[in-house]
Amino acid sequence: MSDMTTLSPVAASTARIGRWRWQETAFWLLVVASYFLFSDRYLILTEIAWLALFALSLDLILGYAGIVSLGHAAFFGVGAYGVGLLAKHGIIEEPVLALLAAGLMAMALGFVTSFLVIRGTDLSRLMVTLGIALLLRELANRFSDITGGFDGLQGFTIAPVLGLFEFDIFGRTGFVYCTVVLFVLFLAARRLVNSPFGLSLRAIHNNRLRAEAVGIPVDRRLIAVYTVSAFYAGVAGALFTQTTALASLDVFAFERSADLLLILVIGGGGYLYGGLIGAVVFKILQEIFSSITPQYWLFWIGLVFVVIVLVGRERMRRWARVAPDFLLRRLGLSRGVGGGGSRGGEP
Amino acid sequence: MTLALETIGLDKRFGGLHVTCDLALKVEAGARHALIGPNGAGKTTVINLLTGVLTPDAGRILLEGRDITALPVNRRVRAGLARTFQINQLYPELTPLETIGLAVSERLGHGADWWRRRGTRAEVNDEIARHLEHFRLTDVCDERTVTLPYGKQRLLEIAVAIACGPRVLLLDEPAAGVPESERHDILAAVASLPRDVTVLLIEHDMDLVFSFADRISVLVNGALLVEDTPERIARDPQVRAVYLGEAQDA
Amino acid sequence: MTNFLTILFDGVAYGMLLFVLASGLAVTLGLMNFVNLAHGAFAAFGGYVCAVLVNRSGVPFFVALPLAFAAAALAGVVAERTLFRHLYRRSELEQVLFTIGFVFMAVAATDYVMGSSQVFINLPDVLQGQIDLFGVGIGRYRLMIIVICGLLTLAIQGTLARTRFGARLRAAVDDPRVASGLGINVPQVFAFTFAFGCGLAGLGGALGAEILGLDPYFPLKFLIYFLIVVTVGGSSTITGPFMAALVLGIADVAGKYYVPKLGAFVIYALMIVILIWRPHGLFGRTVAR
Repeated sequence: MSDMTTLSPVAASTARIGRWRWQETAFWLLVVASYFLFSDRYLILTEIAWLALFALSLDLILGYAGIVSLGHAAFFGVGAYGVGLLAKHGIIEEPVLALLAAGLMAMALGFVTSFLVIRGTDLSRLMVTLGIALLLRELANRFSDITGGFDGLQGFTIAPVLGLFEFDIFGRTGFVYCTVVLFVLFLAARRLVNSPFGLSLRAIHNNRLRAEAVGIPVDRRLIAVYTVSAFYAGVAGALFTQTTALASLDVFAFERSADLLLILVIGGGGYLYGGLIGAVVFKILQEIFSSITPQYWLFWIGLVFVVIVLVGRERMRRWARVAPDFLLRRLGLSRGVGGGGSRGGEP
Repeated sequence: MTLALETIGLDKRFGGLHVTCDLALKVEAGARHALIGPNGAGKTTVINLLTGVLTPDAGRILLEGRDITALPVNRRVRAGLARTFQINQLYPELTPLETIGLAVSERLGHGADWWRRRGTRAEVNDEIARHLEHFRLTDVCDERTVTLPYGKQRLLEIAVAIACGPRVLLLDEPAAGVPESERHDILAAVASLPRDVTVLLIEHDMDLVFSFADRISVLVNGALLVEDTPERIARDPQVRAVYLGEAQDA
Repeated sequence: MTNFLTILFDGVAYGMLLFVLASGLAVTLGLMNFVNLAHGAFAAFGGYVCAVLVNRSGVPFFVALPLAFAAAALAGVVAERTLFRHLYRRSELEQVLFTIGFVFMAVAATDYVMGSSQVFINLPDVLQGQIDLFGVGIGRYRLMIIVICGLLTLAIQGTLARTRFGARLRAAVDDPRVASGLGINVPQVFAFTFAFGCGLAGLGGALGAEILGLDPYFPLKFLIYFLIVVTVGGSSTITGPFMAALVLGIADVAGKYYVPKLGAFVIYALMIVILIWRPHGLFGRTVAR
């Protein structure tokens, strides 16, 4: 039975699963390089880091398991307020522990609400996710004696990370802290999606009927991934609060959930880096748009949504692949062929 | 005689439509049993009831003597009841290797492993390789299912069901839509199913039914008309009247 | 007691307004399975058209209302023919993304053209103040809303039940494929209904400016309310959304009055509970094969 010739295709294929590729090394080296290259832009880099984590969280449920959520900000918000309240009342001072605690709070909410999300039709799923986020926002607004209401939760300071690294006004500590957390959780997510569990999520996304018919307990898997995703979103929210020392009602806002969908769509779901790349692109777009028209940048973000859907991501990706070739060919022509330049030109 | 699959008084209505009436189906262990019937006889409903997609209004379903009526779809699979679909139900973006791997690791109880890289269990890999080889899918095992030719997809459909390690296998029109040139592969695969697996074949194709089955049940208007050996079914005037006659006209 | 009746009255007015605003969405969902999160943009458009006509051009309010309807319906036709119809066959996620983008653009554009502050429509004197009916204080404006929306609801119901177009529409909602097999031009029926729904939304926006408040963020603020009406009511009938809108209107007004601390919380919680209990809506189809 251990005949190597029959096993080899399978063995060869399974050996490739989850192998670390050079593009990934390059990506993370770029992240490290950004610390040195953009030392005057730590605040925005920090934002990108927690946004990337937030998008990674959505990727787990949307890109892998295929659950569309219009209210992922609910978990972000719980993490944000959670960490803020822990700091304000001095319950857990140390940021890493507080981060974990806030993530667990979001996770608990994720677990409870997952039962509502997995059942029902697609539309009611959208409604329930949206409704939960709005409901939490309303709660935070009403119980203003705890949350600070409309003005947000203020007047707390975040203790040094591990008791050693003070958060500085340039955001250097914040950036390093967020990036390390992002990297660690990214590795965990990478492990998760390359496991049998991760494959079963993709199976459910691809064909739920078949997944059930091979014995996969679909509901249980969806509950599990939704809960994990809530933890990630909670940690992202907690990072937001820890690096800004602020938690306001807009952590729950619909726009935040909507932007998150956009980020994942820009970067592409289902390969983990989509959310990270999307977060970078989104933040750059946001910077550009708000420098053109600070008040109306929403218009341009909306336009990006519309264009992405109308053009279609597949087509865009094809363009992205073809465009450099096309340019190179153009350059090659203009340099190489002297006389008959129009020969190779495409109509 | 031991029964692999049995239904007792199975009943289902859709509003005013009585689609399954007091159905008593008995499939012996190791049998090659065919369920036939004219269009609209309610064959698909029976499959959906057996597999747990639909809940019966009355009656019970026994798998090797165990009552599975209340089990959800995935638990029935774990209990040993697998199926193929009349229209392929595969994962377009996954490869045959992954498709079969999912079924195998789920059966062996490793499906929920979330911290272990998949492909690191020799027992699972060996079994995947065996199924791929048996169904001649080894050479395409790393290609996305959506890109495979239809005949290969049809084979994969059967391979997945076998990978679930069933005691009873429901084959829902396995040769449906397969072009003549690839038909042979499918028939060979069906013929070479392990003998210890009981097969219930739901089929339109009379050639396939009579070459394959050693027992036939005829379903008409949701009720069992007759159950007998292929020879007697072929001679049964009742069956000829409602079913074979119709088929000959067509 | 009188207080209770006043609240009930306000709630009914509010609910009917929500129904007129959201009924177009019910059709979009039921007929084309199209998740249109941008529906509120047409309502806001109607509201702003009315405001400009009345406040700047001095058009009488009751003349401006039908004009708001027409303007929103026209905008609906243009948007449907140029943009939305490309999305009917696309995935739900794409529909969601596209319509969110659309509504974002609409919000920013409105902000740019009309400014970010809330807009009030100058109402004629007839509609201001209260009248006293059997000791119950009744706002004249709200009374007008109930009358107009009530008539509209009856008209919609009548159109659906009695006319040839209504029969076609119902057939198309029931099963678009069979309907087109019967020779019904489903896209045309749909385009017309979409335009009409947008027109109603525009009229609702014009009527609701006084009660709901009209500012550029209107389409986002009330998105959840429209969606509640449709999902809770179910999209297979028109009575479902109507009942849902009434319940929602009354519950919201009563909730804000009796338990101001909880506010909209009650509404959202109620919605979630209902959707868990009946995923196809309170009055939707129960038979899911």
